[in-house]
Amino acid sequence: MISISNLNLGFRARTLLAEVSTDFPQGCLTALIGRNGTGKSTLLRALAGLNNRYTGDILIDGSRLRDLGRPEMARRLAFVNTERTRIPNLRCRDVVAMGRAPYTNWIGRLSENDALAVDDALRAINMQDYADRTMDRMSDGECQRIMIARALAQDTPNILLDEPTSFLDLPNRYRLVELLGELAHSRNKCIIFSTHELDIALRRTDRIALLADCTLTNLTAEEMNESGLIPDKFGISL
Amino acid sequence: MQKRRLVFIISAILPVVLFILDLTFGAVSIPPGDVWKALTGGDIAPTTRAIVLDIRLLKAVVAVTGGAALSVSGLQMQTLFRNPLAGPYVLGISSGASLGVAMFILASPLMTLPKWMSAIGVAGAAWIGAAAILLIISLVGRRIKDIMVILILGMMFSSGVSAVVQILQYMSHEDALKSFVIWTMGSLGEVTPMQLWILIPAVAAGLIMAVAAIKLLNLLLFGEEYAVTMGLDTRRARILLFVSTTLLAGSVTAFCGPIGFIGLAIPHVCRMLFYDADHRVLVPASMLTGASVLLLCDIISKAFTLPINSITAILGIPVVVWVVVRNSARS
Repeated sequence: MISISNLNLGFRARTLLAEVSTDFPQGCLTALIGRNGTGKSTLLRALAGLNNRYTGDILIDGSRLRDLGRPEMARRLAFVNTERTRIPNLRCRDVVAMGRAPYTNWIGRLSENDALAVDDALRAINMQDYADRTMDRMSDGECQRIMIARALAQDTPNILLDEPTSFLDLPNRYRLVELLGELAHSRNKCIIFSTHELDIALRRTDRIALLADCTLTNLTAEEMNESGLIPDKFGISL
Repeated sequence: MQKRRLVFIISAILPVVLFILDLTFGAVSIPPGDVWKALTGGDIAPTTRAIVLDIRLLKAVVAVTGGAALSVSGLQMQTLFRNPLAGPYVLGISSGASLGVAMFILASPLMTLPKWMSAIGVAGAAWIGAAAILLIISLVGRRIKDIMVILILGMMFSSGVSAVVQILQYMSHEDALKSFVIWTMGSLGEVTPMQLWILIPAVAAGLIMAVAAIKLLNLLLFGEEYAVTMGLDTRRARILLFVSTTLLAGSVTAFCGPIGFIGLAIPHVCRMLFYDADHRVLVPASMLTGASVLLLCDIISKAFTLPINSITAILGIPVVVWVVVRNSARS
């Protein structure tokens, strides 16, 4: 569960969020939408502890983000960014295993428990067969799924993803968001992802948080659809 | 897996074999039996003993230390900057060390220092110079991700440093100038036993830090954002890698002169040999392979009486070209 209260957030001199308070509950897939430059990435980075330039509070499972040390933060929250991560010669299993870093010893040795978590993460995204392949020979969609498996292996109650669908074709976009929804429901995780896919967000997520005019409107997908806010803020009709 | 174990065994045995070869190889031919006698304190002519112990053994030890140190520092920089072309020489860190050493050597006639103090002075000056360049590259590298830009900056640093060094040379004393020019050629044989007492502990400390940083390096493969969200303490990681690289690249440059391409090429050779990116494999592999390659370079340089730097360049440049070609093919 991620909660924010009285959050003020800016990028350089510009204010992106002013006095925003809301909750992102467990077992729920939330899409973060908004036009370019409204601060989706900046907000996600702040929630992930990568951007400290904010005032107000961010609470991760009840603790203030500012008070959490890095190792503790890594046990509560995993993050997947937009970068196309392709490390030559690194097998998928090793990539996913890196998600166990918050739990392993100084040299990163996997315990039996860690190895099980890695297998489980690969199974959850249906990529067991890729375990011994290296990422430089895989498609963007497959790489993206491996990075998500890495976040799953991190075994955190909360997962944030920055535009996870951007390099994928349309069927894969739907598939990925459906997968995120399943993971949120079956594993009772709080999953938030930013996206420009309004269609997919409205049809396949539980909640939608709309960033516009320095406010964040966090509603269920249905409520958001009925509110008429999307055509209003995006200047389009769906 | 089987194949990999074999590669590991070979790369562990190879330095030992090359070390022995290096001892038996040289301008004066000494039969292996006599080399053995000299090492074990057997009955042998004092000149032969001196050649084996004071020249060849010293040089072989320096080759092992230097090879391991330069390779590991290159590996660290490639991961830290996420740049396959990073290395102490290319990034200008060796040049920074050179500048420090130049200032120290060329200024040393002005002060009368005991030998041990000048040895420490050379090392200290090299560390400061290396650390300064590393700091600048880190600051720039945080903003600019383009690997070519970093590379060009490194080259600019090198040229800038050589310009400053030339000015210093112009103004300096003849004897100091001579000893500096010899130093710039790069040599494994100019290290005195006293300097070895600084070189070995400094490199050992740097290598221990590199081993302690293995998990951090693995996390940094994914970039800083991923590393941080997987629990990396960025500040601790940067300080550890910074000090380790300075000790490794700075110390070797201080006593052997700038030796090129080992730091850049060896990590790639290891990645290719072991087909892995995990630093639990690459750190020990780089130490072993680096030691082997520099021993080999030393043997070749003795066989053809060539400076060590030209051998490392001839062996290293094809690897660099291969890395550049493969990288541009990928993107």
